[in-house]
Amino acid sequence: MADVKYTDEHEWIRIEGDVGTIGISQYAQEQLGDVVFVDVPQAGRTVAKGESVAVVESVKAASDIYAPAAGEVIEANAVLSETPGEVNTDPMGKGWFFRMKLANKADLDGLMDQAAYDAFVKGLG
Amino acid sequence: MSDSPAGPLKRTPLYALHKELGARLVPFAGYEMPVQYPTGILVEHAQTRTAAGLFDVSHMGQVRLTARAGHDKAGQDKPGGAAKALETIVPGDICGLQPGQQRYTQFTNDSGGILDDLMVTSTGDHLLLVLNAACKDADLAHIRKHLSATCEIEPMFSRGLLALQGPQASQALARLLPAAAALKFMTGAFFTLDGAHCYVTRSGYTGGDGYEISTPADATEAIARKLLAQPEVKPIGLGARDSLRLEAGLCLYGHDIDTTTTPVEAVLLWSIGKERRAQGGFPGAAVIQKQIAEGAPRKRVGILPEGKAIAREGAEIIATSGKESGKTVGKVTSGGFSPTLGRAIAMGYVDKAQSATGTKVELLVRGKSAPAEIVPMPFVKHAYYRG
Repeated sequence: MADVKYTDEHEWIRIEGDVGTIGISQYAQEQLGDVVFVDVPQAGRTVAKGESVAVVESVKAASDIYAPAAGEVIEANAVLSETPGEVNTDPMGKGWFFRMKLANKADLDGLMDQAAYDAFVKGLG
Repeated sequence: MSDSPAGPLKRTPLYALHKELGARLVPFAGYEMPVQYPTGILVEHAQTRTAAGLFDVSHMGQVRLTARAGHDKAGQDKPGGAAKALETIVPGDICGLQPGQQRYTQFTNDSGGILDDLMVTSTGDHLLLVLNAACKDADLAHIRKHLSATCEIEPMFSRGLLALQGPQASQALARLLPAAAALKFMTGAFFTLDGAHCYVTRSGYTGGDGYEISTPADATEAIARKLLAQPEVKPIGLGARDSLRLEAGLCLYGHDIDTTTTPVEAVLLWSIGKERRAQGGFPGAAVIQKQIAEGAPRKRVGILPEGKAIAREGAEIIATSGKESGKTVGKVTSGGFSPTLGRAIAMGYVDKAQSATGTKVELLVRGKSAPAEIVPMPFVKHAYYRG
């Protein structure tokens, strides 16, 4: 069972070994509304923790997606260029944004687990 | 326009219905308004372009203007006097309105800037004004300041206003009000709808066919429910209202037009009649007449970004040709995704030298430069019913 953690910016990261897959949460996609474009990072790009690495555009607004950890982007989700709506219909699955090789797994220490994130979202009203 | 004044948010007569329909309510111009229903903006947009959508626009300001006794223009009925008075604060040809005719115009300031844009309809007895929600209190004060001596000014801010828009709006409304089918674009009339005294115009803010229905506050919900019961009609929020009007190339006050833009720069000269251009007699006439004669230094244009990135309000426009090449020559004032075209569209102001159709420019979108082209508007062809 892969380990999924969340940031307080509503990104999730699924951790399998030293590879993390990143997307946005169900709550985030609901808030954004219909997603029409996702600007995903190129494979090979080195990113710092907290760096803006992707942009998700909904009909309403553009939102930055931040790297939850430092590392190197190894794959972007090509499906999103044709069907960005996957972010709405399957945010935790087919709507993933990119995969990265984690430089330092300790970067993930401060992130929330599912229970903590659920409580966090509940607290937002 | 989305700025909310301090104090509790106001509600329209349809607040309970919006809640019942599962709308996401947001603060807008001091009101709690539906930005979208559970179907989402893309579906709502398509619904309005292909069938019919019902919008609650009751937050907009409705005002009745009637000439005071002694101010009727000689030989004319009462709206003549009110029209003459209104023409002192708007550049539109209001005196030329026949009973039942509607016109788009602006309140201008002394420098030719736009205080608000509005619709004016002559009922034959008086004038009906529809003002933007965010501006309506300031507009009312402005109207009172200038027209109190000559006109009775009656704000009807509690009335409901429903917009029924789309190619099937006419057939849907005709089931409840057969006579509405005969109305032509930019005309209106009083009707009894569901037992209530309503004023219906064939107009809207989507670029498509449709109606705006002014309703007594207490009859608004019942009428909305009757319209929503028609198979063609679904409720539509402010999100799709914005994407629809942008496709139609229509201005949003506070974004595409404001006190710093003139009707000439905004390419709204079509709304100023020939006589009024020549004769003036409205605030800022000298500035506007000079711009008509010599051309405006900048112009509102349509912009088509080449890529998928969306250039939103505030994005800088950079010239790629001519003397200004490499320089910032304007700004995007509205930008978004066009669901009909499946691509990004925008409008904004550029220097005159860069405003010709086909001019290549670059847009600064979140620090990255994106190629784009100046294009004519609307982005999606208007489909008004002209009979």
